[in-house]
Amino acid sequence: MARKLQVAKERRKVGRGTPDPGRTQEKLAITDRYEFFKAWRLMSRRRLLYQKENIVQNIAIQVKDLQKSYKKLNVLKGVNFTVEQGSIFALLGSNGAGKTTLINILTTLLKQDSGTAIVNGFDVASKPDHVRQSLSLTGQSAAVDEILTGRENLIMIARLRHLNQPRQVADELLTRFGLTDAATRRVSTYSGGMRRRLDLAMSLVGTPPILFLDEPTTGLDPEGRIEVWKVMKELADGGRTVFLTTQYLDEAEQLADHIAILHEGRILASGTLTELKKLFPPAKTEYVEKQPTLEEIFLAIIGKKEVLQ
Amino acid sequence: MGMTQKQETIHKHFFSDMSVMLGRSMRHIFRSMDTIITVTIMPIAFMLLFVYVFGGAIQTGTANYVNYLLPGILLIAIASGISYTAFRLFTDVQRGIIERFRSMPIAPSTMLWGHVLTSLVSNAISVVVIILVALIMGFRSSAGILSWLAVFGILALFTLALTWVAVIPGLTAKSIDGASAFSYPLIFLPFISSAFVPTRSMPLVVRVFAENQPVTAIVDTIRALLAGQPVSQEIWVALAWCVGILLVAYIFAMRAYRKRVS
Repeated sequence: MARKLQVAKERRKVGRGTPDPGRTQEKLAITDRYEFFKAWRLMSRRRLLYQKENIVQNIAIQVKDLQKSYKKLNVLKGVNFTVEQGSIFALLGSNGAGKTTLINILTTLLKQDSGTAIVNGFDVASKPDHVRQSLSLTGQSAAVDEILTGRENLIMIARLRHLNQPRQVADELLTRFGLTDAATRRVSTYSGGMRRRLDLAMSLVGTPPILFLDEPTTGLDPEGRIEVWKVMKELADGGRTVFLTTQYLDEAEQLADHIAILHEGRILASGTLTELKKLFPPAKTEYVEKQPTLEEIFLAIIGKKEVLQ
Repeated sequence: MGMTQKQETIHKHFFSDMSVMLGRSMRHIFRSMDTIITVTIMPIAFMLLFVYVFGGAIQTGTANYVNYLLPGILLIAIASGISYTAFRLFTDVQRGIIERFRSMPIAPSTMLWGHVLTSLVSNAISVVVIILVALIMGFRSSAGILSWLAVFGILALFTLALTWVAVIPGLTAKSIDGASAFSYPLIFLPFISSAFVPTRSMPLVVRVFAENQPVTAIVDTIRALLAGQPVSQEIWVALAWCVGILLVAYIFAMRAYRKRVS
């Protein structure tokens, strides 16, 4: 899996114009029509396989026309987006925009009313067990056990993920997140930042390829936020896909490879920061050219939509 | 990556996952003085109080009041024990750790059954401790192994039934007090039964209630089993109550669970 990711990353760097193995490797001596036909069939089959593999390799999450409503409240009204493997994808939205509902569907906690969601190549509705193998979820409130120690929390998750050396895994993560000194203390004595770090560490047990982080920095002080950002960057550099929701626009601006804006149950805009900025040409009447901040883009898009409605 | 192979292991690991959950909740119990005091020390205090303070004035028709009292005390211990199941479940739901478990590749029922198993194990421990204290206080039994097995079987069934009752407020309560308050009437029920005094001394209305509520049937059955006496049809009444409560509570608990997680 790790090697595949590496390949996928490198391919992305080079661009899409990679040579087709079907075409280069099949230089057979063609003696008659039948041989030619056989070779042609083999080539086309390989090409098809290659294309299929390519899709699975590059796309971590694919969401098509996802809808969900609670009784009369229509939370998601047809959401579409794609998340590339190894990227950081930020979903922006105000409170009540449907971010958590969307994350809950993608992590199999909730069933959608209609539409499809594919995570790591598996349909969340028909293959929830496979999807759960592929991801970890860090929810809005730190999902840690207060009565256990930090170390016990990590060992518990490692056991539930059936890893061979739960203690060793726990110790490594404690070191990585600077919690070694607090390892044998009960979590109820931890500060908010420490809890969040432990929460993230618990999500990394067993190295799932896709990480869902629902407002990971809400309630953290600036230092805690920067620390969490650092971890997310490291994860993406290591080939993991990070899907995060946030209300902080600078967070998305700092971190995300791809940004989608969810407002009133729909994705209003989606793209890289540069692409989003293009939607919004710099003001021409000003003497000093000013690039819009993401915050301005976000508010303008939402505002514009509301005027239209 | 062998996804299909991993998929199969979800079911294979059910018991090891359950033991992780059990270990977790048992740590919660042993690290909370409050739980230990309520679940074992309070019933023992009751037993001391009734035997050494009130016991002399209570006419039960048996020579040894500890023998008479013990079954009721065990039921009180179980009733207060299961209120902590509701408490622990409520905390899990509230703190969001249930979401972490549910998004992990483990069987969805592991968490709920982990709490139920913990309830059975922890109540078994408190029952054994209370019986040991009763032995020191002069409790004697002429029951054979089969009778003892029957006693533990009935107590386990009673625990299981009340635990599923406790799961309902654990999943649906709005506050931590609400989650454990439901157990007060359950703890009170043995007082209006044959647990402490024979029902024939009670006024008619109270007596009718006492003789037709589950605790009296269960207490009388356990008392007869421990005394080595032949059990009457009371045992069937007791079992019917336990199984009935278990089934109804299980249905409502699963409904509450589905509502909670959707």
